[in-house]
Amino acid sequence: MKKLSSLILFVSVSVLVCKSAIGQDEDLLKLVGGDERPQKERIKYAFKSPRVINSHSMEFLNPGTMDFRILHRFGQLDQGYKNFFGLDQASMRMSFDFGIMQNLMVGVGRSTYKKELDAFIKYAPMRQSTGPWSSPVTIALVSGISMDGLPWADPNRKNFFTSKLAYYFQAIIGRKFSEGFTLQITPTMVHKNIVPLQTDPNNIYALGIGGRLKLSQRIAFTWDYTHVIIGMPDSGYYHPLSVGFDIETGGHVFQLHFSNATGMNERAFITETTGQWGKGEIRFGFNLSRVFQIKKRKR
Amino acid sequence: MKKLIILAGAAFFITGTISAQKFYTKNGKINFDATSSSSPERVEGVNRTATCVVDVASGAMQFAVLMKGFAFERALMEEHFNENYIESHKFPKAEFKGSIVNNSSVNYSKDGSYTVTVKGKLTIHGETKDVETQGKLIVEKGKINAIADFSVLLADYNISIPGLVADKVSKTAKITVNCSLEPLKS
Repeated sequence: MKKLSSLILFVSVSVLVCKSAIGQDEDLLKLVGGDERPQKERIKYAFKSPRVINSHSMEFLNPGTMDFRILHRFGQLDQGYKNFFGLDQASMRMSFDFGIMQNLMVGVGRSTYKKELDAFIKYAPMRQSTGPWSSPVTIALVSGISMDGLPWADPNRKNFFTSKLAYYFQAIIGRKFSEGFTLQITPTMVHKNIVPLQTDPNNIYALGIGGRLKLSQRIAFTWDYTHVIIGMPDSGYYHPLSVGFDIETGGHVFQLHFSNATGMNERAFITETTGQWGKGEIRFGFNLSRVFQIKKRKR
Repeated sequence: MKKLIILAGAAFFITGTISAQKFYTKNGKINFDATSSSSPERVEGVNRTATCVVDVASGAMQFAVLMKGFAFERALMEEHFNENYIESHKFPKAEFKGSIVNNSSVNYSKDGSYTVTVKGKLTIHGETKDVETQGKLIVEKGKINAIADFSVLLADYNISIPGLVADKVSKTAKITVNCSLEPLKS
């Protein structure tokens, strides 16, 4: 009996001593960190901009922001000093894109090439994320329309307004593989209501591959290639390839690049690229993107 | 014998109440303000998910803050904060581990406002530095409100501000802490 009571005494004293002895260097945060469940977290910042170069990227504008973009494509480099390697000529597109929700954005733009007006809506049913029920890729869908602004080629015949229109439908499947590397593929279909020749197809199917390789915190190497699979005219047209650098300077993103495409909307650059890389029919171009916060954020 | 069993029970009970002398929150508010004096826009983020635990018996105090939890007025600022400055993918958390130097002067069982000095190690962006600051503990109805503000030199934490944005982003950041701590039941 005595043994038992002394045992109980010993245990109770040692419990007291031990419990108060711990306190000193323990990790207090462990006391409250036990119930943290892994949460689904969206992978952000796969690209610096919602466009790779010409193509849409898997990235979206934040809700309540507007992206004002000024795009320039100069003349062909192979024109030499006479045209100052193309810098004497410029084709441009100006656009306003709006972020509506985390996964929904719209935009309108106007190009000097064919005086085209274009608009799009972009929605992502699935975003790349980590944690439970996460998705390894972002899947986004884009639907766009463009309207030719040139006067009718033949005003004497009966012209329809719908002849000015072209549409495109695109899926973007992209993944940010690491902090520095992002890759996406973009199956695309372009439909033109009217084409110059009876033999030209109205529907053009293409597959784009775009990516980003971060060189530093503020500079990234980007590329954007679209391969026209079905509907490429027999001669005179080529697959658009652009390579360049994204440079971020505080509020602006500069995208400096070389491309064989002049057009800056999907109809124009996918179906009407006339330059050939091999022949030096390349143009210098830049996109200037400035994002404005137009709606105050709730914090 | 009976007395001994009561003693044993008391030992567990007492140690139980001692370990309950810890206070915590998971919704602490931390402001980060690096607005330069010449800046037209406020470079200021707020985090409402800071974890803080205080052991009132020893005066030990710890904070952990998820950097991705800072919300800025402009989405682009938040992107730059995470991507270019704090690098939250590499260093997801900021932590503070320290103690209340004059803990004995605080009477946690009596409502009131107490000025305290807190000293410890602050880790931001993977760099650890000693910090010391004055703060206030407001004891009210069994809860503690911990308030403090102090400045850190961003260069100390290996965060460089490029010249291009120097007119907007200050080289020092003012950090304001406001945590409402509740008793931790173990």
